[in-house]
Amino acid sequence: MGAILDRTMTFGSGRERPAVAGATPQPVARKAATTATKPRKIPGADPGAWGRRLRHTAAVVVPPVIVTALFLLIWEMMASSQGAVLPAPSQVITDTWDLIVNPFYDHGGNDVGMAWQLLASLERVAYGYALAVVAGIGLGVLVGQSTWAMRGLDPLFQVLRTVPPLAWLPISLAAFQASNPSAIFVIFITAIWPIIINTSVGIRNISQDYVNVARVLRLNGFEYFTKIMLPAAAPYVFSGLRIGIGLAWLAIVAAEMLIGGVGIGFFIWDAWNASMLSDIVLALVYVGLVGFFLDRLVAIVGNWVTRGTQAG
Amino acid sequence: MTSYLSIEHVHKTFGVGPTASEVLRDVDLHVDRSEFISIIGHSGCGKSTVLNIVAGLLETSTGAVILDGREVSKPGPDRSVVFQNHSLLPWLTVRDNVGLAVDKTFRGKKSRAERREWVLATLEMVGMSHALDKRPDEISGGMKQRVGIARALAMEPKVLLMDEPFGALDALTRAHLQDEVMRIQSDLGNTVLMVTHDVDEAVLLSDRIVMMTNGPAATIGQVLDIDLERPRDRLAMAGNPEYNQYRAEVLRFLHERHRNPESEAA
Repeated sequence: MGAILDRTMTFGSGRERPAVAGATPQPVARKAATTATKPRKIPGADPGAWGRRLRHTAAVVVPPVIVTALFLLIWEMMASSQGAVLPAPSQVITDTWDLIVNPFYDHGGNDVGMAWQLLASLERVAYGYALAVVAGIGLGVLVGQSTWAMRGLDPLFQVLRTVPPLAWLPISLAAFQASNPSAIFVIFITAIWPIIINTSVGIRNISQDYVNVARVLRLNGFEYFTKIMLPAAAPYVFSGLRIGIGLAWLAIVAAEMLIGGVGIGFFIWDAWNASMLSDIVLALVYVGLVGFFLDRLVAIVGNWVTRGTQAG
Repeated sequence: MTSYLSIEHVHKTFGVGPTASEVLRDVDLHVDRSEFISIIGHSGCGKSTVLNIVAGLLETSTGAVILDGREVSKPGPDRSVVFQNHSLLPWLTVRDNVGLAVDKTFRGKKSRAERREWVLATLEMVGMSHALDKRPDEISGGMKQRVGIARALAMEPKVLLMDEPFGALDALTRAHLQDEVMRIQSDLGNTVLMVTHDVDEAVLLSDRIVMMTNGPAATIGQVLDIDLERPRDRLAMAGNPEYNQYRAEVLRFLHERHRNPESEAA
């Protein structure tokens, strides 16, 4: 149930972003675009077509630009008033200009550029997430296929998945006796639940028609797995992967605050200890952007892999 | 006399204990090689159950299905099915949908090149050569069903099972596909078992029409031999008195002797 809810939530929010529809045209979006340009047969020969396209682009681009500008303006005004504690956007840019223009400097130890900090965090996420993908899809297939496994494992999953990521950190540190594997484990355990649950829902929802086709063709277990099960469940699997990557990125920043070392999470914590609020703001912007791109990346891969399977 | 396909006193009950429902009672039918048989009856009479039992997708409660001297116990490529809703795999192209069936059926018997040729030949036969690399969501409902038929024929089944194959199509497409199926069947001499609820379709295509009584515990009420010369032409048939007599007989069975249980309740 929860998994289905998550799925619709992700897809819903994906549609609302205009950039999504433009970058990866879904069947619906593609159809709409064709109808819109249909009356103009040769776009180049007709000045109206260009105007129309320009107007369409403007309609997509203008609202976020206006809202962002307003947001920055209000922030600037509030932060410039008497007694304000947080830095204004202009202040942030002047304070952090060195960091912005030199993302790749390396003065040894923790004193490295923002790009290195982000890459260190991304590397941890890559390890933890990759493990979660493999284990999550494997367990999801097991739970989706076997009613016995589902009855046995589901209660365990339902309880464990509600444990907050950081609550795993102490026990993980105790088990691994090292900070880096602990951080990777926290990523793993955070990202794996939506992957397991969505995969198993996808497997359970495989249409009886496809099962019948497989039976008439006498596909063996391996053929059934690769030719029917994986492609049929792929849309569900990818919505789980997409939720998982978002959670992984949320968890790494929090985990790094505690374990230290190079990484964007500890960078934020370090900046807080040094009272460099502007550095924190810059880091938050980077964290948000990276999170957004990770989400888009998984969504694009998912759309590419599952092309053609959504429409019956 | 032993027939090519025999359905021997088949009973089918779903469930056990007090909730059990008897769907089929003593269904007995013998089909010769190259015969085209239609099973017709009101919805819910278990005609699809008969087909699924022959396909091996369902097991009989008692009784047996014997095809070419062997008892049928599970699904297999010697009894390929054309499903009502085409059931093409949406992530494979037209070519690959048929290719999967061909590779699976003829691995070890035909070389890779021969299998590829065979896929193209069957798609050619149903007139789908122009859409080899399209995926199912890019072609129309009628085309999907053509590919479904090609997939079933490509397996060179001993008996071709069709479960309301044209039910989801519009009238014009349906007529066109019926003509194609008649042509292909007369070319290849397939043995066909088709479930339908369309009287005209049954009379036009079949050598014999099996009429089922209403469920629960449905059985064969009457078998009608259709002695019309082939090839049959849809337009000529409309004015053919024999054709209309057969048609009237099926209608009488369905609407006088075994009225639709739903319309009686209304």
